[in-house]
Amino acid sequence: MVAASDILLSVEHLTMRFGGLVAVDDLSFQARQGDITALIGPNGAGKTTVFNCITGFYKPSEGRLGLCHGDASVWSELEALTDSGKRSVTRGDGALYQLERLPDFLVTQQARVARTFQNIRLFPGMTVLENLLVAQHNRLMLASGYTLIGILGFPSYAAAERAAIDKARMWLDRVGLIERADDPAGDLPYGAQRRLEIARAMCTEPVLLCLDEPAAGLNPRESAELNALLLTIRNEYAISILLIEHDMSVVMEISDHLIVLDYGVKISDGPPEIVRNDPKVIAAYLGVADEEVAQVEAEVGL
Amino acid sequence: MEIFLQQLINGITLGSIYGLIAIGYTMVFGIIGMVNFAHGDVFMVSAFIALIAFLILTTWLGITSISLALLIVLVVAMLFTSMVNWVIERLAYRPLRGSFRLAPLISAIGMSIFLSNFVQVSQGPRNKSTPPMIQGEFVLLDSNNFAVTLSFKQLVIWGITALLLMAFWYLVAKTKLGRAQRACEQDQKMAALVGVDVDRTISMTFVIAAALSAVAGTMYLMYYGVVSFSDGFVPGVKAFTAAVLGGIGSLPGAVIGGILIGLIETMWSAYFSIDYKDVAAFSVLAITLIFLPQGLFGRPDVEKV
Repeated sequence: MVAASDILLSVEHLTMRFGGLVAVDDLSFQARQGDITALIGPNGAGKTTVFNCITGFYKPSEGRLGLCHGDASVWSELEALTDSGKRSVTRGDGALYQLERLPDFLVTQQARVARTFQNIRLFPGMTVLENLLVAQHNRLMLASGYTLIGILGFPSYAAAERAAIDKARMWLDRVGLIERADDPAGDLPYGAQRRLEIARAMCTEPVLLCLDEPAAGLNPRESAELNALLLTIRNEYAISILLIEHDMSVVMEISDHLIVLDYGVKISDGPPEIVRNDPKVIAAYLGVADEEVAQVEAEVGL
Repeated sequence: MEIFLQQLINGITLGSIYGLIAIGYTMVFGIIGMVNFAHGDVFMVSAFIALIAFLILTTWLGITSISLALLIVLVVAMLFTSMVNWVIERLAYRPLRGSFRLAPLISAIGMSIFLSNFVQVSQGPRNKSTPPMIQGEFVLLDSNNFAVTLSFKQLVIWGITALLLMAFWYLVAKTKLGRAQRACEQDQKMAALVGVDVDRTISMTFVIAAALSAVAGTMYLMYYGVVSFSDGFVPGVKAFTAAVLGGIGSLPGAVIGGILIGLIETMWSAYFSIDYKDVAAFSVLAITLIFLPQGLFGRPDVEKV
């Protein structure tokens, strides 16, 4: 299934088994460039497992995960890439990656997929600014030519280090943490840690940002701020977002495209207004069989 | 009083050497959570490398300037020991990453036995000695037929230790490599996810640990003038005690712990029995583990709920 012109991520027949448990079963979906794609579903539906496969945390049991940079016509190389056994292919302005073949640090470094976690995973003992500098480690390594130049303080490297600090400051400003730059990240309040985690992911210069429940534990005001931040990332930086979220005020307001999972199987796929009225989705969330949806809806007054 | 002052000087010198080795234990433990029992033997190997380099320089190449020879010896020892430790990590520890927790520990013990036996076979079992490298001393205090002296070689050891600790502090606190190390220490998986090459960072940690222990090895050789294949064990375990005392995982802790162990050992030798100095030093290990398990500077594990 070679995709349409603006596909960024193509997940095909993704299956993840843990022993006898099938967490994700033959899942296929696509995420378009510049879209906010939300992955929703009841608890235990396998959403985080999908994320873990995409970001190299798990090796999928089966399936193919294609990711495209730049010119989307490179998708036509997908079959050839799969047959060649290589990790990626570059043609003209486009590059194509098979994420399931990359080790985790290369998913960030080369395929440029960044993620955040359901339970926040900052480097709590490092300062807020350092958290953002670590995320630019790879670019600084390139600037130093993988040598000791950085330690010796050559001008080319010093310039790169300054640029890294500027970038970090810009993001701290964006997420409103500039005055706490030198505090340990672990001392920040919960909502601020969430914003910092997103800023850190953005500092890796991703093409795809994967956010695992970014609104969890946020109050309504913070969650409105989060919406604004995510829309800025999409609109100003043209970065595509893949989102897992339970907070429907976030999901329905900002998503361009929804994918609904239940027990590891995709039950609905489409724009928010279609998905929210899909009887299968309502059934999954209410925990009843499809046929009973109309009756239950009448009972609860939907 | 004079004895105390003299032992203070001796203790700090010995402690500097322990401290430099202890940094290696604490760094490796910090980043991969493993006690590298081969580290003491890496220290011993570095002393042999320094010895060989020193003899080549002075007898074959005829370098007469001791300070130049020492400088070259130091650089050569750091370089070669780093390579040795890099290879050890690559062969004996990296393939076991992700294995059960005891596996790398056992591998480290095996590596320790291998190194000491290799040196015993290739260099011979007897003590190897060097001609004295630096002579001369300051007499600080002279009374009651007891002169408190500070020898030039002790001064050199203090100076080099201080200089290296500063360079090392800069490396960890200010450079991208240090940042990557601290990130890996806190959350390896997450560090990988922001694009840090964790394997490479761990390799660099072993290289730095070895370079510091090579400095300790060179200074040990210079201080005592002899080295044998079995010299890795006791200083190694004492440095490990120092790392535990300072709080394993804490870099300033390793240095302070090293100096404290050095002082405990020399003071015990002066005021109690010299035969029991190792007993005193290792009792500290047991006492620390019982009463202060996180050490002087270690972070206690506090779970926030």
